[in-house]
Amino acid sequence: MAVLIYTESENGKLKKNALETASFGYAVAQQLGVEAIAVSFHTEEGSNLGAYGISKVYTIKQDSFKVFNAKAYSIAISQVAKKIGATAIIVSSSADTKYMAPLLAAKLKAGYVPNVIAAPESNEPFTVKRTVFSNKGFAHTQITTRIKVIGVSNNAFGVIENEVSITTEDFTITQGDVDTAVRSTKIDRVVDKATIADADIVVSAGRGLKGPENWGMIEELADVLNAATACSKPVSDLGWRPHGEHVGQTGKPVASNLYIAIGISGAIQHLAGVSASKIKVVINTDPDAPFFKAADYGIVGDAFDVVPELIEKLKDFKAQNA
Amino acid sequence: MKILVCISNVPDTTSKINFCDNDTKFDTNGVQFIMNPNDEFGLTRAMWFKEKQGAIVHIATVGAASVEPTMRKALAIGADEAFRIDMEPKDGFAVAEQLAALIKKEAYTIVIAGRESIDYNGGMVPGIIASLLDMNFINTCVSLDVDGEKATAIREIDGGKEYLETTLPIIIGGQKGLVEESDLRIPNMRGIMMARKKKLTVVPPIEVENSTADVSFDKPAAKGTVKLATSVDDLINMLHNEAKVI
Repeated sequence: MAVLIYTESENGKLKKNALETASFGYAVAQQLGVEAIAVSFHTEEGSNLGAYGISKVYTIKQDSFKVFNAKAYSIAISQVAKKIGATAIIVSSSADTKYMAPLLAAKLKAGYVPNVIAAPESNEPFTVKRTVFSNKGFAHTQITTRIKVIGVSNNAFGVIENEVSITTEDFTITQGDVDTAVRSTKIDRVVDKATIADADIVVSAGRGLKGPENWGMIEELADVLNAATACSKPVSDLGWRPHGEHVGQTGKPVASNLYIAIGISGAIQHLAGVSASKIKVVINTDPDAPFFKAADYGIVGDAFDVVPELIEKLKDFKAQNA
Repeated sequence: MKILVCISNVPDTTSKINFCDNDTKFDTNGVQFIMNPNDEFGLTRAMWFKEKQGAIVHIATVGAASVEPTMRKALAIGADEAFRIDMEPKDGFAVAEQLAALIKKEAYTIVIAGRESIDYNGGMVPGIIASLLDMNFINTCVSLDVDGEKATAIREIDGGKEYLETTLPIIIGGQKGLVEESDLRIPNMRGIMMARKKKLTVVPPIEVENSTADVSFDKPAAKGTVKLATSVDDLINMLHNEAKVI
């Protein structure tokens, strides 16, 4: 018996969510009284996970796993799960993992519950708390299968240090099991900018900006804060910004530490999608904008005055606090 | 080309969410139900395959008779035939098993589901179907083209896009991007009239076991009042010293 944690990596480095997933996995393992074991692909950083309670990490380094493939990864993780007799498998909420996890669950005939925000509420029956209705509610969900797959919400449980000694081992997947029927031909990924999924801070703007030509100051503000840029649904529907930036109920969820909404009135669908963010700041000319009711901090004012001033003052602030 | 679009019936995106029966059930009182937005983008893309490439388009919904108005809307938009699997959908895995049985029987070569339904946000139905039937699977799919047995697709990844190639049979988890918001169709009177005559078959569910059960629900705590900053300096000060986020 063990808990298996899939810790993601990118370009050889453990992703930020890997540390949170490991921390969560360790909490589950402690609760069940078993070992927390991790699996990773193509990284030399596996041993860093010892700081988060992981006592063993298996790393898969075969060439055929260099590029993420949902099916191949699900097969590999299921092989590790079987080897260690895992009864709980902990995964993240990244786009890749939400693609892979259902395949893994089906392969292991495991109940799968994503969007889990806290350590299990009980072991018998095994019950977890998850968000439902796009963060408008929570469900307390029992998983009744022997093997359980649990998807951890981004930035909900947090990264918790628990230093233990860790051993590392390479793991080899039977080549015949590698699936290549879905082939990746090209990846276009922003490399020098924070993504909505990973960023500590997200700067988001809406129709209050009046047109796509005014996004320069939003990008500059994001730059100063090392933040990701996002937008409201109407802005993406109007084609002012790419779909990938649309956050809200039907777009991407946001779970950053700080979410700054500029010229966004705060439709219920938008508020639901960003409600997992810890601190929300609103900049809007209309003091009656619904977003003010859902925000922690706000400024009533014109974005075209407030944002340039904010950029300049944040630059000074950064210089002083560097 | 025979396409199945899997459609969920979900609360309208503007719905206020409440729970009843001692917080053990979603309170449907006063709630308007709609076609799951991710599924509607998929259905609209399927209409494109129908019109440009002669595809036959079926839809399927797992649910009680109360989901039929949403299914009729899909037929009014242009789907040819519908199947309602007569089971209350309570567990994503079980829903996928029901749909997989239908897909196998009807031998669809393209299956389009939404990447997730906006009610329980499980996001697992297309992936589990793919695994059960060994179909090629692309999630968060924002573009799909089919040429003979070959399919090319784009999926949204964190911070960008991935271009993919595969072969049929294929199942996708669809979303906005498959078609644009402005491509979505409102059924016209002729469509609505024709939809009434289209075949909607009620299928008894196969025997499956649920792997999960929602035992109770609750709602987020009410938010405190917003603190309004009097100046930009004031805001930076609060974010730094009080919220400690910058």
